[in-house]
Amino acid sequence: MQKAYKKYFAVFVLPTLLAFTVFFIIPFLMGIVLSFCKFTTVTNARFTGVSNYIKAFSNADFLNALGFTTRFTIVSVITINVIAFAIAYGLTRGLKGTNFFRTTFFMPNLIGGIVLGYIWQLMINAVLANFDVTITSDAKYGFWGLVILMNWQLIGYMMIIYIAAIQNIPGELIEAAKIDGATKTQTMFKVIIPMAMPSITICLFLSLTNAFKLFDQNLALTAGAPSRKTAGLAMDIYTTFYNRNGWEGVGQAKAVVFFIIVGAVSMLQLYITRKREVEE
Amino acid sequence: MIRRKLVSMMLVTTMLAGAVTGCGSKDDGSEDAKGSVYYLSFKPEQTDQWKAIAAKYTEQTGIEVKVQTAASGTYEQTLKSEIAKKDAPTLFQINGPVGYQSWKDYCMDLSGTNLYSWLKDKDMAVKDGDGVYGIPYVVEGYGIIYNQEIMDKYFALDGAKAASIEEINNFGKLQEVVEDMTAKKGDLGIDGVFASTSFTPGEDWRWQTHLFNLPGFYEYKDDNASDKTEIDFKYNQEYKNILDLYVNNSCTKPSMLGSKTVENSMSEFALGKVAMVQNGNWAWGDISKVSGNVVKEDKIKFLPIYTGIQGEESQGICIGTENFFSVNSEASKKDQEETIKFIEWLFNSDEGKKAVTNELGFIAPFNTFEDADNPTDPLAKEVIRYMDDSSLNTVSWNFMTSMPSQTFKDDLGASLLEYITGNKDWDKVVEDCKAEWKSEKEAIAG
Repeated sequence: MQKAYKKYFAVFVLPTLLAFTVFFIIPFLMGIVLSFCKFTTVTNARFTGVSNYIKAFSNADFLNALGFTTRFTIVSVITINVIAFAIAYGLTRGLKGTNFFRTTFFMPNLIGGIVLGYIWQLMINAVLANFDVTITSDAKYGFWGLVILMNWQLIGYMMIIYIAAIQNIPGELIEAAKIDGATKTQTMFKVIIPMAMPSITICLFLSLTNAFKLFDQNLALTAGAPSRKTAGLAMDIYTTFYNRNGWEGVGQAKAVVFFIIVGAVSMLQLYITRKREVEE
Repeated sequence: MIRRKLVSMMLVTTMLAGAVTGCGSKDDGSEDAKGSVYYLSFKPEQTDQWKAIAAKYTEQTGIEVKVQTAASGTYEQTLKSEIAKKDAPTLFQINGPVGYQSWKDYCMDLSGTNLYSWLKDKDMAVKDGDGVYGIPYVVEGYGIIYNQEIMDKYFALDGAKAASIEEINNFGKLQEVVEDMTAKKGDLGIDGVFASTSFTPGEDWRWQTHLFNLPGFYEYKDDNASDKTEIDFKYNQEYKNILDLYVNNSCTKPSMLGSKTVENSMSEFALGKVAMVQNGNWAWGDISKVSGNVVKEDKIKFLPIYTGIQGEESQGICIGTENFFSVNSEASKKDQEETIKFIEWLFNSDEGKKAVTNELGFIAPFNTFEDADNPTDPLAKEVIRYMDDSSLNTVSWNFMTSMPSQTFKDDLGASLLEYITGNKDWDKVVEDCKAEWKSEKEAIAG
């Protein structure tokens, strides 16, 4: 069997590898090259060295956006995972209508980010109208609006993963803990959470990268208003690239830095949580 | 073993690559034989009209005309990705000298075309040295649109501050009338004098671009400039005057303006809830299609935007354009020729002119158009009336087309909103505006 796999290795891998190269690796490498160039379209680039990177960091926008994204990521990763885990725990207790709730909670995840953004903008504005303000009046409304939106969208997805994890914990383990006289809290922290650690790794990874790369929702909900105080990193890259004449290369440089940050943060997170996973 | 695999992989890759390029070149060949036109249109509201025109042209000449429209506010990014493609637009548009700066590698010299020779005012074209790289294809005007029925109702009231619209010819009078109208809005049956000053992101161009053109126009005029790397914004108080007037006499509370769109404003006006709204002649389409529209065609007029500048009694409305045709210099020779033929057909043949006037509603700046060919919509007629009135000084769009970037405009809009909601001082608005103008202009130059 192994041998057969080896023999057809090329046949199985090539199509995907080719697609991956054409649509991912080549644009990615081109992107890195372009970050050192001044250009209007990708075909008329002119090499300018590191000046794009200098501009990216000497402009406060990028650092402000980094701050916003970091704050947003911390808050939403915590809320999403805590709430998703709690709901998953509740829905594995054998309550009535569990399946109905699972489906309902999962549904928001099926709606696209732009649509969600506009729907929530309408809803939040309708609520805020009672206080004579709008979502763009103050950065805090936009921030918390985005956190709520993100929670609403991602909790269902994470919940499904957590449900699978909790259901997979052998009943004997929990029973044994009970017999040994463990309290509910102890069972939770000493048995359930360690056993669900692989799922926690995945969920943290997904919510972390999603929050960092957040774009559609950001664009639709506030588009950075007021005065770019609610613009995340992806949003900042986008506006730099498209809305400033002559700054395309700077946008590209920001995108490269963005890639390095997202890569580093998620690697770090994977390393830390992986270490805590227990072997069965 | 490994080497063999590598070799076979490389072989397969080159084979596939060959196949891909093979396909590509075949496509190219068939197109070159005939030449075709691809227009990337700027105005989403005219998508259907352009498609109809393209279809008619194809029917008559057999030349394929493809029209794509960029979604509202995304023209630059759509163009950026479209023009890098193999089937790039052959005809696109730039918004003036600044647009030309970012697209000059793709703009073909049009000085030898008939279209340019038909242009009534040759100064309007975007030029660089001896070359002509952008030709305006429409003249537009904007000012304060008012509903004459409501104004007449006010003028008939006891103690009205003016007896007719002609008396309003400066900011002082305008303010007096507007504030008095606000006080009597119950009698007039309106919610406010001005429609909402829309400030949803992307919906604030009437303030950060159009209204901002006025203080800029006078600054350029004083300095006899057509472009500046740094602005003084010395008429910022005048700009503030009119903005405050709009906001304080609006049908919407200032704090709620951040959720209003241009469409909201236009429907407020169409439904007769307000007496005035700042916009251009293109707005008639928006107003007339609102269901329950109460504004009569012969009762909709333009008033110049008065801001309190010396001598503004003779000021007219703002007339100019942000729409210039450019032909892609990278396109094949045949495609360029067909493209030029297409636009010349559009602005010279009877059928083309009819479509321009009636369907697109353009006031065309070419001498191939006669008075009879002018559009019939009421606001376009008003623009023509103001253009022909030699006692008034038209405010040009020169300042507007020299604004450095979309980011500059967006940030000014955001800044204004913060000022309106009370989170920013006016002085800071002015200071940020000047600083950003400078840095964005530097970005283009560097």
